Amino acid sequence: MHPYRLSGGSCLDRSKPLHFTFNGEALSGYAGDTLASALLANGRVLLGRSFKYHRPRGVLSHGSEEPNALVTLRADGGRVDPNTRATMEPLRDGLVAQSQNHWPSLGFDVGAMADALAPIIPAGFYYKTFMWPASFWKKLYEPVIRAAAGLGRAPELPDPDRYQHRHAHCEVLIAGGGRAGLEAALVASASGKRVIVADENAQWGGRSLPQDVHDLLFQLQQKPNVTLLLRTTVFGIFGHNHVGMLQHIDGAPRQRLWQVRAGEIVSAAGAHERPLVFAGNDRPGVLLADSARQYALKYGVAPGRQVVVATCGDAAYGAARDLLKAGVKVTTLIDLRPDPHVGLVRDLQALGIDVLTGQTILGTKGRKRISAVRVSGKTIACDALAMHGGWTPAVHLYSQARGKLRFEESIDAFVPGSDVPGFRSTGAARGERLPRFAGMRRLPAQGFVDFQNDVTAKDIALALREGFESIEHVKRYTTTGMATDQGKTSNMSALGIVAHTLKRPVPQVGTTTFRMPYTPVTFGALIGAHRGPLFDVVRETPSHAWAGARGALFEDVGQWKRALAFPQAGEDLHAAVRRECRIVRQTGGLFDASTLGKIEVVGRDAREFLNRMYVNDFARLAPGRSRYALMLREDGYVYDDGIVACLAPERFHVTTTTGGAARVLAYMEDYLQTEWSDLQVYLTSITEQYAVIAVQGPKAELLVPEINNLGHMGVASGTFEGIPCRLFRVSFTGEVGCEINVPWGEGAALWEKLCERGAALGFTVYGTEAMHVLRAERGFIIVGQETDGTVTPHDLGLESMIGAGKRDFVGKRSLARPDLRATNRKQLVGLLTDDARRVLDEGAQLVADPREPIPMTALGHVTSSYDSANCGRSIAMALVAGGRARLGETVYATTPGGFAAAKIAALPFLHG
Amino acid sequence: MLLIHCPYCGARPEIEFRGGGEAHVARAADPSQLTDDRWASFLFFRNNPKGLHAERWLHVHGCGRWFNAVRDTVSDRFQKTYKVGEKP
Repeated sequence: MHPYRLSGGSCLDRSKPLHFTFNGEALSGYAGDTLASALLANGRVLLGRSFKYHRPRGVLSHGSEEPNALVTLRADGGRVDPNTRATMEPLRDGLVAQSQNHWPSLGFDVGAMADALAPIIPAGFYYKTFMWPASFWKKLYEPVIRAAAGLGRAPELPDPDRYQHRHAHCEVLIAGGGRAGLEAALVASASGKRVIVADENAQWGGRSLPQDVHDLLFQLQQKPNVTLLLRTTVFGIFGHNHVGMLQHIDGAPRQRLWQVRAGEIVSAAGAHERPLVFAGNDRPGVLLADSARQYALKYGVAPGRQVVVATCGDAAYGAARDLLKAGVKVTTLIDLRPDPHVGLVRDLQALGIDVLTGQTILGTKGRKRISAVRVSGKTIACDALAMHGGWTPAVHLYSQARGKLRFEESIDAFVPGSDVPGFRSTGAARGERLPRFAGMRRLPAQGFVDFQNDVTAKDIALALREGFESIEHVKRYTTTGMATDQGKTSNMSALGIVAHTLKRPVPQVGTTTFRMPYTPVTFGALIGAHRGPLFDVVRETPSHAWAGARGALFEDVGQWKRALAFPQAGEDLHAAVRRECRIVRQTGGLFDASTLGKIEVVGRDAREFLNRMYVNDFARLAPGRSRYALMLREDGYVYDDGIVACLAPERFHVTTTTGGAARVLAYMEDYLQTEWSDLQVYLTSITEQYAVIAVQGPKAELLVPEINNLGHMGVASGTFEGIPCRLFRVSFTGEVGCEINVPWGEGAALWEKLCERGAALGFTVYGTEAMHVLRAERGFIIVGQETDGTVTPHDLGLESMIGAGKRDFVGKRSLARPDLRATNRKQLVGLLTDDARRVLDEGAQLVADPREPIPMTALGHVTSSYDSANCGRSIAMALVAGGRARLGETVYATTPGGFAAAKIAALPFLHG
Repeated sequence: MLLIHCPYCGARPEIEFRGGGEAHVARAADPSQLTDDRWASFLFFRNNPKGLHAERWLHVHGCGRWFNAVRDTVSDRFQKTYKVGEKP
């Protein structure tokens, strides 16, 4: 049934056949197979096309380092998983896989003409060729390159799967469940420590066979303090032993993202086998020697019917022997070294394998599968070539933990050098248990170094010729070791070529940085449950449901949803805002101001504290009175504004801007805790304790007669409609009005009641857009709109708010700095466009002379701009250099279609 | 993610905290007595050492208290954390 299936296969359960498709073709395998082993068993060697040259590619490895065998998995419900490593995907019934990077088909790919063009598209080709003219880049080069480039295609439908996050703590976390990792786990668990062992594969044992770690595993499974996680990749090591792991579950959830805080991390990540670099080393059928052995012993798959082994180290002799023992025909072993150990050679010869020494591979033949390998003087027929170029310890996690690598001559590889507290490596990841490298360095003239990025030996030579000598520059110029490969198979080959060419020892060339993630992590896993409505917190005001039911338009203000306007039938936003603004001034309006930040400031020294935090002097602010207040930063610029209301001698109710609620409280706490800890003051956020309904307009007293008992800026505590209430007679519209503070839970009912009564009186409800227009008509600022962190009270014309007699307050000293007293600072003024219907863009730059050559002198910018129904024209506020001395002058504002003339005007536009 | 020992709450993940820059930069009792240069130095200039650094942290999503810490800016290792007013 499977033409390349052998009799063995210690991971297989032959009683459970599984059916899958590859490019629409129905195939089968067994439980325990990976997608790659099942495809090889079926004789499917050509699995995809390469990234840049679209060369035919097959399986190189059997693990997560696989650069070639990337496929797209498809399933019901729009599930698409591109760039899946066929070597890591356990076979399951009904699996649908497709190859990537080809059109129209895997066998015949138009893009493969890039391969024919390879001599003229070397490294850096895109940088050099597509630079000029600039307009060609956007219209021509980029779309064409983008269409041809990239690996698999991103899914187009929303991901229907669920992902989960889990946090865990342990004394010892072990990355890698091969023999070394399991042994480390057994030792660590003996003293009762919590131990987590994670391995990316579907079976324990790493390169060992399952039966060889069975006893070890059995002991660990009996221990309640040991957690064993298969198909779980330790992908990143972060600060203070914070570890990121991705667990593949393929159920509900599909994947789980683990965040583990580990007392100690043990990397038992093993080693990667290196490919050899020679011409045609990427042909389908060419694979790593130990991977060939793994396929034969674990999955009962023959990599070919006539296998040649090529090596520059001893390890491949064992692989050749094991392949033979498993029933694979191995005809020849080519050793690049002239004088390998005689015993090794004789052993193989005794088994009937031809051993060629001191040979160089000159090339390979075959299109969709290797058919022969060429050495000096002869061509050897084969349908698989197993190569071995030594071992590279997987130092990725150690490197992520900020360890410094050391070059170890005896195995010709980098190994962990410096000690990293709380982190150690064991086994092959530390360079142990690896055969002594008796290999030789030889400069390959051709062949692929990085299969995933299609980087050849020639590309690296070119980069060096062009002066990119730093290994980090070589990496960026050629892209070797980038993307998901992260140097797993390519790193040492590239380093070797660089070191050889520059005639420098490898340690001097150094190595590139290993970055997380070790293997790709899906966005789904990172996001977890935080998608759709759970993406961010949504804060709703008390009137939210009422407003939603009446078709209000909403805007996002931080996390708040605020009603922008309440359009009636047939109205657009603009018409609704004009109507709301008119009615507020003619009759009255209701506005949900609950998002205002509110802080209760209580204590013996509350008044003194507020005096230090705000520019105002509150010494004589009596209970029942309030004041508009400005808060500065220490550098003298406006930080926030609001109302400071005195409820009792030692109790104040302070409001902040909506956006400032949290940071103003934090700012106050900072001073209280770190500078003035002698003050006895208690700060409490009451933002979400009080709903605020603003009633504004000439008829406000008809709706809230209580305001007649209060003077302007008067405050009272009591009950309103039987509800505990703090009533502020304040106005952000310039009309008579008040803000009614009631317990949040009472807000919705009171809002509805007032809206009903207000409607009978001809009131409107208004949204944030009308609120903005109404305050601008009266020249009131909005912090963050008229101010940008470089604006002083003087710039705003609000210097009279500053308590002149105060010795100190936050920001006072800075107001005396020369720069802040300069006369030509930008000052807040009004702007009236010559064309009364034109509404300027907020942020538009202002110049004095539109004919001035570029660079022009910018005088300032528009901060607010609206169409004002009450003014019968457009109005704008702007910060203009020396603006208050330029009233009546004409300035020119930038617009998308040129300049618009406007005259500088005094604020406000409407007087009360 | 760093693991930070709040002197009030114990070890908590970094995500609960907010950094506050260099510690022990005291605001003058009477800033009006400072020259422009001295005041500018207080406002704008901070040390940025490679190695041990005394810095402010706020346990913003916890107890809400400010405290100080000595951290090695190279290794991110915290030498100690201590309450406001205590000596490093």
